[in-house]
Amino acid sequence: MGAFLETLIGGLMAGMLYSLIALGFVLIFKASGVFNFAQGAMVLFAALAMARFAQWVPQVIGVQDKLLANAIAFVGALALMIVLAWLIERLVLGRLVNQEGITLLMATLGITYFLDGFGQTLFGSDIYKLDVGMPKDPLFMFQNVFQGGILVSKEDLYAAVIAAALVAVLSLFFQKTATGRALRAVADDHQAAQSIGIPLSRIWVIVWSVAGFVALVAGIIWGSKLGVQFSLGLVALKALPVVILGGLTSVPGAIIGGLIIGVGEKLSEVYVGPMFGGGIEIWFAYVLALLFLLVRPQGLFGEKIIDRV
Amino acid sequence: MSLVAASTAAPAAPAVEGAPEAAVATLARRGIGEVVLEVKDISLAFGGVKALTDISFDVREHEIRAIIGPNGAGKSSMLNCINGVYQPQKGSISLRGRTFAHMNPRQVAEMGVARTFQSLALFKGMSVLDNIMAGRNLKMKTNLFQQAIRWGAAEREETANRRVVEGIIDFLEIQAYRKTPVGKMPYGLQKRVDLGRALAMEPQVLLLDEPMAGMNVEEKQDMSRFILDVNDEFGTTIVLIEHDMSVVMDLSDRVVVLDYGKKIGDGTPAEVRHNPEVIRAYLGTAH
Repeated sequence: MGAFLETLIGGLMAGMLYSLIALGFVLIFKASGVFNFAQGAMVLFAALAMARFAQWVPQVIGVQDKLLANAIAFVGALALMIVLAWLIERLVLGRLVNQEGITLLMATLGITYFLDGFGQTLFGSDIYKLDVGMPKDPLFMFQNVFQGGILVSKEDLYAAVIAAALVAVLSLFFQKTATGRALRAVADDHQAAQSIGIPLSRIWVIVWSVAGFVALVAGIIWGSKLGVQFSLGLVALKALPVVILGGLTSVPGAIIGGLIIGVGEKLSEVYVGPMFGGGIEIWFAYVLALLFLLVRPQGLFGEKIIDRV
Repeated sequence: MSLVAASTAAPAAPAVEGAPEAAVATLARRGIGEVVLEVKDISLAFGGVKALTDISFDVREHEIRAIIGPNGAGKSSMLNCINGVYQPQKGSISLRGRTFAHMNPRQVAEMGVARTFQSLALFKGMSVLDNIMAGRNLKMKTNLFQQAIRWGAAEREETANRRVVEGIIDFLEIQAYRKTPVGKMPYGLQKRVDLGRALAMEPQVLLLDEPMAGMNVEEKQDMSRFILDVNDEFGTTIVLIEHDMSVVMDLSDRVVVLDYGKKIGDGTPAEVRHNPEVIRAYLGTAH
């Protein structure tokens, strides 16, 4: 029982981190109908910026306090992501208004490769350590209930709490503010949104900035776990099954989907894995996503696709 | 009603060019004023296909102006030119003397022109309330950060706009659907939401693209009533594209008739009805 709970909690926390990346996909898809292939590259780019800024700030400005230096680096990296969002709107998306989805997808594929290369030109291609003061020591819980207690990674726990808070704030923003309403309006119908005077370009800059912010937070969390390196961009691939499961248009879907994938991965590894000789954690999520595509192509919470014949 | 006045007062003489004296006299009786919107020599082509050729007409304050014509006559193209979706290659459109060429739909919206869509373009996932609230977008002045932290000004703005929107919902008699996602509503009611969203902009000129398309008789009657009420109560100038001839004849003060992208008639419904070219192009074949 103790082992099961431990796996479950580990899975939930890992799932929260998948949700965070999936959220980036959902935000942009909702607001512009673009499947942003570059989300992973944005995570890497943001993490690289954060890691390098955190190194440069003490050297260049001479701020020695670690917390303050990290805070300055964070603001700097965020500013960079906002500039990036603005540039993407100006140079790429703004010129592709009313184009086919596939055209936009290809454009984001281009952005992916550009960001990968440009990020490394700017920040170097070494592996950087990112230390934002995440605790590394594990936590033992329920020691009086189970023998030996349940081992929980404190780092994962913090990360999960941060991710959950971010998701909650963004949901509220989408549902309760006038700008959030305008974002949803643009997501539903570009032309109609323009006809009531919603500025498409400004909405896109906002939504890509928010996605950049989410990428930055995800990059910091993953980066401090795995180190900031090229393969960080690949964690986005882990988010693909999540958005298939949860639906590309649903913020709650991204969260639930992430949790299902996280828990499913860990539980299957422990309980089903031995039958296959282990190692199923890597592909389990994709098989689950495949099954979902057969049964519910729109995902758990996505908008049902109805075609009038 | 204007129809009665128009059909008895207007002469049976065909009127092809411009609005003749009799029509203007009829308009004056209904309190219709100055020219608000003037369309001059508009030509629009898509590649080799000429959608519109040298179209000119004007729309007067407080008027209900219809644009009719058979399928493919260029009605929607005309509306899209006024709305800024298409940029005509030639000609000009002016609103209260301000000429606008090369404007996008957003800029046109800022000038006080609202529109509805022939094939519904509502925000399907959003509630009726949110759809119509979105129409208040241009009236919202607080910025993103004020809204995010629910700053007092943002809060007050939301409440004030909400009040206006509730008024529109009452006016269109869709109170019961306030929180329903529009995608789940019956078609006729969705059309009302479309109208409501446009009304939320408090437009000077309202463009209606086939407001009765696909409706049954009852829905058509309701929509006609709403259009007349909007025109009466808010004094909104309305430009209306419609297929249904009887609707046009009952509602509009003056009618422009297009065929193959050319203007073939312009005048009161009665005048247009007796215009031989219109009869040949439209009435004779379609009805």
